[in-house]
This record gives sequence, structure tokens and C-alpha cells, in this order.
Amino acid sequence: MYIQNVSKTYRQKEVVQEVNLKLSEHKLTAFIGPNGAGKSTLLSMMSRLLEKDCGDIYISGNEITTFKSKELAKKLAILKQSNQIDLVLTVRELVSFGRFPYSQGRLTEEDHRLIEEALHYLGLDNLADRQINELSGGQLQRVYIAMILAQDTDYILLDEPLNNLDMSYAAQLMKVLRRLVDEKGKTVVIVLHDINFASSYADEIVAMKAGQVVYHDITEQVIQKPVLDELYEMNIQVCELAGKRFCLYFNE
Amino acid sequence: MKQKMKSRVFLLGTLFFVAVAIMLIYLTYHTYGNWEFALALRGKKILGFIIVGVAISFSTITFQTVTHSHFLTPNILGIDALYLLIQTILFYSFGQVMYQLYPYKLLVFAVNVLIMVIMSTSLISFLLKKGGHNLFLLLMIGMILGSFLTSLSTFFQVLMDPNEFDKLQGALFASFSKVEVDLLAVSGLLLILGVSYLFRMSAHLDVLHLGQDHGINLGINVPVFQKKLLIVVSVLVAISTALVGPVTFLGFIVSNVTYSFMKEYQHKYLFIGSSLISLILLVGGQFMVEHVFHWNTTISVMIEFVGGIYFIWKTYQKGSQ
Ligand SMILES: Nc1ncnc2c1ncn2[C@@H]1O[C@H](COP(=O)(O)OP(=O)(O)O)[C@@H](O)[C@H]1O
Ligand SMILES: [Mg+2]
Repeated sequence: MYIQNVSKTYRQKEVVQEVNLKLSEHKLTAFIGPNGAGKSTLLSMMSRLLEKDCGDIYISGNEITTFKSKELAKKLAILKQSNQIDLVLTVRELVSFGRFPYSQGRLTEEDHRLIEEALHYLGLDNLADRQINELSGGQLQRVYIAMILAQDTDYILLDEPLNNLDMSYAAQLMKVLRRLVDEKGKTVVIVLHDINFASSYADEIVAMKAGQVVYHDITEQVIQKPVLDELYEMNIQVCELAGKRFCLYFNE
Repeated sequence: MKQKMKSRVFLLGTLFFVAVAIMLIYLTYHTYGNWEFALALRGKKILGFIIVGVAISFSTITFQTVTHSHFLTPNILGIDALYLLIQTILFYSFGQVMYQLYPYKLLVFAVNVLIMVIMSTSLISFLLKKGGHNLFLLLMIGMILGSFLTSLSTFFQVLMDPNEFDKLQGALFASFSKVEVDLLAVSGLLLILGVSYLFRMSAHLDVLHLGQDHGINLGINVPVFQKKLLIVVSVLVAISTALVGPVTFLGFIVSNVTYSFMKEYQHKYLFIGSSLISLILLVGGQFMVEHVFHWNTTISVMIEFVGGIYFIWKTYQKGSQ
């Protein structure tokens, strides 16, 4: 996935400034950076939810706006930060929407198999027949992620999917994403606000600040005190535990 | 899944049965021995009810899915206000000749529908392009335009000869009792075109219900789809308005009764269910008007009355949630 000279301006404020980026295929890439850095905006443009002011974004050699909507939906899936719906639906029915690009509402055997697989991946087997308006925020978040999984795309873009999840489900989701990359060769791009999750699970990290990409490197190169201090403008301790780097940031 | 399908079939089957029963009762009750006459007269009315009921149901449910609101109805696009103005101007310039001769009637109908569709289509296309696909801007402008057109109609009406005005009033009021029989064939054809498009798109509408972002993610070209839907909606509203005049609250009643009765998200079932419900309400209402109130009221007055109360109740319910 290539991003070339992409910008977005809201009322004279350039929230994404001429970003150039080449995201590695079959890798888990985490976007980090302070609030308002432009991560969500960039992700929305990468997934054609938002029109870019200028620049090009290519996946498998083609600019995203040249794809037919339906074809792109089979290659790339996006889950945004906030999702509310007010519908009478069961968990399984919502997850089934993930198969829409393939079946246009008429589910085949293969569709049903992938739906059950996605439910299982997110530990939703027991909730499958529950109404979605009876679920907690975290449960609903997992249902949406299962829907994205059922979409079975090469590229999966997730904007802060760990919000609403407790630690155990957050870690579990990161492991699921890891498996998708390692076993199925998917390309996962995820915005994370907890740098420790990025440090533990990501292959590469893109750090954004004030609309620009300030670092893009393999995880070990970005999770370093000088880099993080400058990015977040605070004093962050980086320590190593059981071969992994952790960041401590609450005590100044 | 199977359980759900069973209950759907049961619900729709019940509605279908009730609708057919009400229609049969309406057709055969108290014919004063004059069978053929009653059947022909009432049969035509029922055809009118079917066309209006189906048009209103499909258009309102589609419109509410597009706007993500169960309170809005397509009237907000200003289509009926436009109809009022066209009628007023025609009456003002040509008098009531137009309404008496059959070929003129058809012509007036065609002109009405055409103007309504062209105006609303260009408004929709223009605003969705200019406003960066901002649906709510479109709705607001539709509303403002609606009141502007209504004022313009009032202006012409004030200029009119009082006798003419009286006749215009008669022609303008939604009148289910004198459905324009000559226009049934044309409107039936248009209805089938619009309705079959919406029905084919029902799975797409289900996806649109999840919201704009999910719609795009799942491969729907949302702006283009929205535009197509709004155009079909305006065609359907135009048909129904040209046939019986503006009915403000019918769509609101029918759609909301359907949602709470069916507890359903799939548009193909919502469409069928709401069409049957509107038929039950319209034919049942007309039956009451004819045999209980002995023509002392009209069905449009009943719809406005009941609909108004229902609207207030729904708003109150929503507010106290
Ligand atoms: N629709 C919008 N209109 C105006 N400003 C916006 C809009 N969306 C985002 N912004 C602004 O763009 C900047 C980047 O936002 P965002 O991409 O959401 O940042 P992040 O996800 O990194 O926290 C913020 O300053 C935000 O206020
Ligand atoms: Mg964000």
C-alpha cells in the first residue's frame, strides 16, 4: 500500500500534510501519536470513507478511487472509531453483513462457514443469537470486528479497536490480528493509543504528529525513549521485560 | 434463523389475510342490492388505495432509512407544496376546464408528475453535489422551499375569484373518496417501476441502514445510491399526491406501526408488511367513513387527526427515553 502526497484540509487547517508512506504487505502496522495528529483522518482517506484533497493511494498497484466500490470492498475493510446503530438485529445477522460484497444479501454455504468462523475467532459463539442492543460496548466492538473478519479482505484497517475492550479481550484481539497476519498473510493497519500494545504486537510503527508522519520504522526502532519523548512531549520510561519493551508514562 | 423465518411468514400471512378480509367486507357490505354498481365503484377506489398505500409505504420507509430517522417523511422534500402550487397556477390561469375533460385530466396528471419529478430530481442532484453530499442541508432547503411554495400558492389563491377558489379547495384536498379513476393505469405502471427498483435494492438498503461508513466499507457507492433512492422516492410521492392529494401523516403512521409491529430490519419484509398495513388502514378507514360516520368526515381528516396524535405520542416517548 502506497500513500503519495496525501493531504486534507479542514477550514484552512491542514490536518494531514503531504503524507508519503509505503506500508509493508503481510505485516501488522500500528499508527501511534497524540490526539488530533491526523491518524483517523488518514485512515479514512486510505479506505475512501473520506475524500482526499490531493495525492494518491495505491493498493495492489491501483489507485483506490479507480476501483469499483464492490471490488474494493472485497480487498479492503475499515472499522472506524465509533459505531452506533439502533436496529433490531442479532449478533450473527450483523456479522453476516460482512459477506455483503460477495453475496449481495443471499448467503451461500461458504458465506455461512466464514460467518461462523469469524464469530468463533472473536469468542462470540455463545452470543451469536443475542440482540445487539443487549450487548455491552466491548461485546459490540467484538461483533463489529467479527463483521470485518467475515469480509475476508487482504487489507484490514482498524481505528482504535481496543477502546471499550477490557485487557483480556484487548490482548486476545491483538493475538487474533497477529494470527491473521502470520497465518493468512493479511495486511493489518491499526491505530492504537496504548503504545504498549503497539510495542508488543506490531511489526512496524508509524508515528504521526500534527498531520505529518514523523517516524516509520520497525517496532524496535520506534519504541525508544528519545523518539517517544519527542512524539508525545512528555517523559516516558522505556524498560525491557521478558524480551519486550514497555513504556511507563503516568509518573512524571 | 428458522424460527425467525417462521414468525415472519406468520406475521405477513396474518396481515395479508386481514387485508384481504377487509377489502372483501368493504366491497360487499351494504350494496343495497345494486351489486355491479357497488363493486365497480368500490373496486376502483380499492385500486386507488393500493397504489397510494404501496407508494407511500415504500417511499417513506426508504426515505427514513436514507435519513436515519423514523420521524421524517418525504414531504419534507417539498413535493406536495410543489403540487399545491402547480394546481393553483393551473386553476388560476385556465380555470376548471382542465378538470372536466378526460384527455386534459391525463395531460394535467402527466404534467404534474413530470414537474414534481424534474424539480425534486434537480434539487436533489444539485444540492447533493454542491453541499458535499450533505443530506441535512438538502432536507433543510427542501423544508424552506416547501414553505416558500406554499406561500406562493396562498398568494395566487388570494388573487382568485372566490368561486374559483372554492372549487380549487375541493380539488386540492386529499380526497380518497374520489380517486382519479382515469389515472389508475398510468400511475399503476409508474408505481410498478419504482417499487420493483426499491424491492430489488432491499438488501442494499439493509446495509445503508448500518450507516454511511459501513455502507461504503461494504461496497455501496453511498452518494450515488442515495441520489437514486431519493429520485425514486420523489416519483412515488408524486404519483400518490397527483392521485389523491397530499397526505401528510399517512407515511409516518404506516412506517412506525410497521417498525414496532414487525421488529424487523430487512427491507423486503418491511416493504411488504407496511404495504399491507397501509392497505388495512386505508380500506378500514374508508369503511368507517362510509358506514360508521356516514360521510360526515373524510379519511384524510381521520388520517391527519390520528396521525397527529400518534406523532405527538411518539415524540413524547422518544423524549422521555
Ligand atoms: N470533520 C472535521 N471537521 C473539522 N475538523 C476535523 C474534522 N475531523 C477531524 N478534524 C480535525 O482534524 C485533526 C485530526 O483529527 P483526527 O484525524 O481524528 O486525529 P487522531 O485520530 O489522530 O486523533 C483534529 O485537529 C480534528 O479536530
Ligand atoms: Mg482518531
